[in-house]
Amino acid sequence: MEPLDGNAIGGLLQEVFGTEMTTAVGTCAACGATAQVAEFVVYLRAPGTVVRCRNCLGLLMVIARIRDMNCVDLRGLAALEADPGV
Amino acid sequence: MSPVTRGFHGRRREPAGAEGRVPPGQYVTDDFPVLSAGPTPRTPLEVWTFSIRQDGSTARSWSWEEMRALPAERVTADIHCVTRWSKLDTEWDAVSVDTLLGQVDHDARYVLAFCDGGYTTNLPLADVTGGQAWLAFGYGGQPLEPAHGGPARLLVPHLYFWKSAKWVRGLELLDTDQPGFWETYGYHDYGDPWREQRYAGD
Amino acid sequence: MAGTALRRRLTWQLATAAAVTAETASVSTIALELPYWPGHRAGQHLDVRLTAEDGYRAERSYSIASAPGEAPAITVERLDDGEVSPYLTEELRVGNQIEVRGPIGGYFVWEERNDSSPLLLLAGGSGIVPLRSILRHRDRSGSTVPVRLLYSARSLPEVIYRAELDRHGPGVEVIYTLTRQRPPGWTGHAGRVDDTLLAEVAWPADRGPLAFACGPTPFVEAVATGLVRLGYPPGQVKTERFGATGGR
Repeated sequence: MEPLDGNAIGGLLQEVFGTEMTTAVGTCAACGATAQVAEFVVYLRAPGTVVRCRNCLGLLMVIARIRDMNCVDLRGLAALEADPGV
Repeated sequence: MSPVTRGFHGRRREPAGAEGRVPPGQYVTDDFPVLSAGPTPRTPLEVWTFSIRQDGSTARSWSWEEMRALPAERVTADIHCVTRWSKLDTEWDAVSVDTLLGQVDHDARYVLAFCDGGYTTNLPLADVTGGQAWLAFGYGGQPLEPAHGGPARLLVPHLYFWKSAKWVRGLELLDTDQPGFWETYGYHDYGDPWREQRYAGD
Repeated sequence: MAGTALRRRLTWQLATAAAVTAETASVSTIALELPYWPGHRAGQHLDVRLTAEDGYRAERSYSIASAPGEAPAITVERLDDGEVSPYLTEELRVGNQIEVRGPIGGYFVWEERNDSSPLLLLAGGSGIVPLRSILRHRDRSGSTVPVRLLYSARSLPEVIYRAELDRHGPGVEVIYTLTRQRPPGWTGHAGRVDDTLLAEVAWPADRGPLAFACGPTPFVEAVATGLVRLGYPPGQVKTERFGATGGR
């Protein structure tokens, strides 16, 4: 099953963060690589959405939909900065 | 609740002949969806091992040849994924976890299955013994494909299928329950599909 | 207005199907009317959510096929084993309503600018959808940025928007490569996009081009890495991956 990219969770992240996030820049806590959310590796077909670093495949975010709530874990990100121009 | 979409039926709920076999909220599928939280590991059989770990060290370990030399059986089971699909009469070739655990002296009450790629899942010991759990290396009469967890996966059909860990490499024996991957992110610690235990607190 | 943020909270709305047009034997375009539509940017997408009577829900994303300034429309390819696409392409009628959320996206968008960086568009199968929005936006905005579109499709009948693409005016070159079947006498490219075809079609890196690649993940990864090997800075290659079976 081929993974997708952060574009596929644009709507979900906008729902969670209240703003456009595909251009936000994330820093991987495991390897330090920085990339825009749109470039993250996204696994959608799981009990939750799993987002990984394109450089080291480390876990960046896990978003599980638990009883109509989005439960978001961002511990794999050392930083996440929304694009101020958006 | 969302407005109902005219004419959208989703999937069939319970086909004829499946009465009583489909837990609440599930639908029966003919295909075998592949769900994954990460890239498919590709461990060569020459380096593959299955281990039982206890107190920080390996109590017992089997190479692929050693594992395949153990008595194996054909298991037919219905499987139920928390994402709502169920598949009936799936056929596996597998070694019973009883056979594996029987070779280790222990009084553990829980296990944490660990896998290539870092996935883990927790189960009570009582649910992986007594003929309820297997280490499966074949599906549908063929070697288990990597996408479905090959070379070997855990098979625990009486619980939601996220407990049947793909690419399993061993079981950690524990005295206390320790949440695994999905359990950490809000899924139920036990996961009985018949009581619809999908999420923590259900 | 294009380029400024939509500050209103993104919520699900009930959209009405205003028109349904067959593009190919398995692809349809659905024009939608939404109660609140702020306009969109070329390359953005919508999320669609369907709910069955028993509460079962399925959600998918579809790129917006129309240009900014036109009414929103999505183009959907019917997947044989799909759950949502068979409904949208076979069951949905004009006047029916579906839940929609959008427009979504800020990365895979193109806006006409004052510079003349050539545009390279790379489409794999239904990946053509957001690129068509970009092409239409270029036309409607009067931009004269030179464009090359490399479109990989299985066969000529499966090329989406073919009539429109073949009519393109000066400044836009459309190059097809057909991977499974070619019509008799076909003199165009055949087979999957490889480094040779990319080298032939891609703008030279020293012209500072901007590339947009969209389609199934293996297609996008092959062309994106190929372009980087040709000297394109990774930041100048925008990617949008669809599920391997064509949709998302």
